[in-house]
Amino acid sequence: MNIIVCVKQVPDTTAEKRLAADNRLDRASMENILNPFDEYAVEEAIRIKEAQGANITLVCMGPAAAESALRKGLAMGADNAVLVSDPLLAGSDTLATAYVLACAIKRLPFDLILTGMQSTDARTGQVPAAIAEFLELPMLTFAAKLDVDMGKRTARIQRQAEGGLVVLEGNLPALVSVTKAINEPRYPALRGIMMAKKKEIKVWNATELGLDTSLVGSSGAHTKVLAVRKPAPRAKGVVIKEDPDTAARKVADYLASVKAI
Amino acid sequence: MYTLTEDQEMILSVVREIAREKIAPRAAEIDERAEYPWDIKKILCDADVLMLAVPQEYGGMSQGLLFQCMVIEELCKACASSGLILMIQGLAELPIELAGNEAQKRRYLPRLATGEWLGALALTEPQAGSDPASMRTRAERKGDRYILNGTKRFITNADVADVISTYASTDPAKGSHGISAFIVEKSFPGITIGKHENKMGIRGSTTCEVIFDNCEVPVENLLGSEGEGFKIAMRTFDRSRPAVGAQAVGIAQGAIDYAVEYARQRQQFGQPIIQFQGLQWMLADMAMQTEAARQLVYHAAALCDAGKPSPMVSSMAKAFASDVAMKVTTDAVQILGGYGYIKEYPVERMMRDAKITQIYEGTNQIQRIVIARALAGTR
Repeated sequence: MNIIVCVKQVPDTTAEKRLAADNRLDRASMENILNPFDEYAVEEAIRIKEAQGANITLVCMGPAAAESALRKGLAMGADNAVLVSDPLLAGSDTLATAYVLACAIKRLPFDLILTGMQSTDARTGQVPAAIAEFLELPMLTFAAKLDVDMGKRTARIQRQAEGGLVVLEGNLPALVSVTKAINEPRYPALRGIMMAKKKEIKVWNATELGLDTSLVGSSGAHTKVLAVRKPAPRAKGVVIKEDPDTAARKVADYLASVKAI
Repeated sequence: MYTLTEDQEMILSVVREIAREKIAPRAAEIDERAEYPWDIKKILCDADVLMLAVPQEYGGMSQGLLFQCMVIEELCKACASSGLILMIQGLAELPIELAGNEAQKRRYLPRLATGEWLGALALTEPQAGSDPASMRTRAERKGDRYILNGTKRFITNADVADVISTYASTDPAKGSHGISAFIVEKSFPGITIGKHENKMGIRGSTTCEVIFDNCEVPVENLLGSEGEGFKIAMRTFDRSRPAVGAQAVGIAQGAIDYAVEYARQRQQFGQPIIQFQGLQWMLADMAMQTEAARQLVYHAAALCDAGKPSPMVSSMAKAFASDVAMKVTTDAVQILGGYGYIKEYPVERMMRDAKITQIYEGTNQIQRIVIARALAGTR
């Protein structure tokens, strides 16, 4: 079985974020890491590999520095990696990103595509669905559990929904996006880190991929970041200082007034 | 400047991640319950971290003592007891690496590397602390075995260890030259674990008595030759003392990091207390002393890696770094004021943990004797 895991490099979640002039993150100024959500996708791929055998290829779009995110995925246990990197791609929005990733995936053998449910930087969660659309694949999103049956060539997921579980099944090849509920990602072991060094990271540019360059980069983007603002500071809470009976009643009245109960 | 390879950078970043995500949130509980943190041991083994204590030709992935010190530092920023898991594995491994024959290395080092077996080192006795030459534990050769009798005290992780590098006298008349080193497996007949100490700090490591009562040790478990034990112990300390220094630096840095964050948040007189020069100077001194300690530790470790271990510099690194850790953690408690003194905040634990670094692996008074003797040319 061939599994592709789409990964992204994002600013360290604990880092202070800075913006460039175009309202985009100034990624060069901070520590960058493998998108934490993608670690769950990589881990799920490795578990499938351990259970039934698979070849895992990581696919990433980003600057040359994104190689370190791929190295981490390789150190965890992925087999190969592809980095799509080209100055022309800078400023690509979610649709353009999905287009680029889909073009790269088309050149690779695959039975299953795994992605994180979103990135921790922009948090749009749009890319997985758009990739599935470009590749015309069944899409099973927000998987909290995944079972792959290579005999029947199906993928079955459980999605946590309000009031219960939704069970979905699709034929392979399919795209599955995973949530944090699906597993606990392993830390790369020293042996994995040493072995990752020997694994090749292929770098493809826009020409090699035969991309329609009018669809990528900031010129091809359909969306534009107009402004980024810090959220307004939270208003101070209301303190009720009464005897317990009265206080409880006032709290209940308040909750009822905002239709919380 | 010390330059790290890309692999080493990645290993350090993984260790930092483990320390932040898994160890730091457990540190207070580990201290409170005074139990060996098996969960942390498993995480470190799964990530192959204990392999850093063992050479590559014997199933380990050692990157040298300097790098090991950097990893110990990262672990100890979060929890000194958890850092000890790697430190003690290194301490038990060193005598075997330094003095073991091929068969001994093949049997023990790969198991210590994976963490399948845990190690400990037994030197100190009730009557032989700073003066190990006065040890009373005896080893008498009988045929193809040595029979060990005696009691060791304050042995870190002895109860969880599977193999204990043990020192005993084969010739009491010769004093320190009569001491020999043995690899003792916990399963050998005649070994029992005695009293568990209730300690001030590093409470997530166990500290116990080890009692040898006609304990039978095969002759092939003698390290080096009879009478070489003291030399082996000293060569071990040249390498383990920088590691204790690294632990002290880690504890100090953990306390600084917490105190700085606290001082940025805590408001008094209408401003964050970090705006007050009195505290700024305290923090600057803490950072300066810790950085000086770090560089001394790195230098001592780098000398070992270069094949030129210096007993004097190793002693300097251990004593200086641990004195700094004690001072810095005490100051961190001061910066937090009343909050520093209570267990909801981690700095009082760091202060208690720091104290042991001035005591074990040779008290800081013994370290100063080593330094002074080197200056005087009497050793």
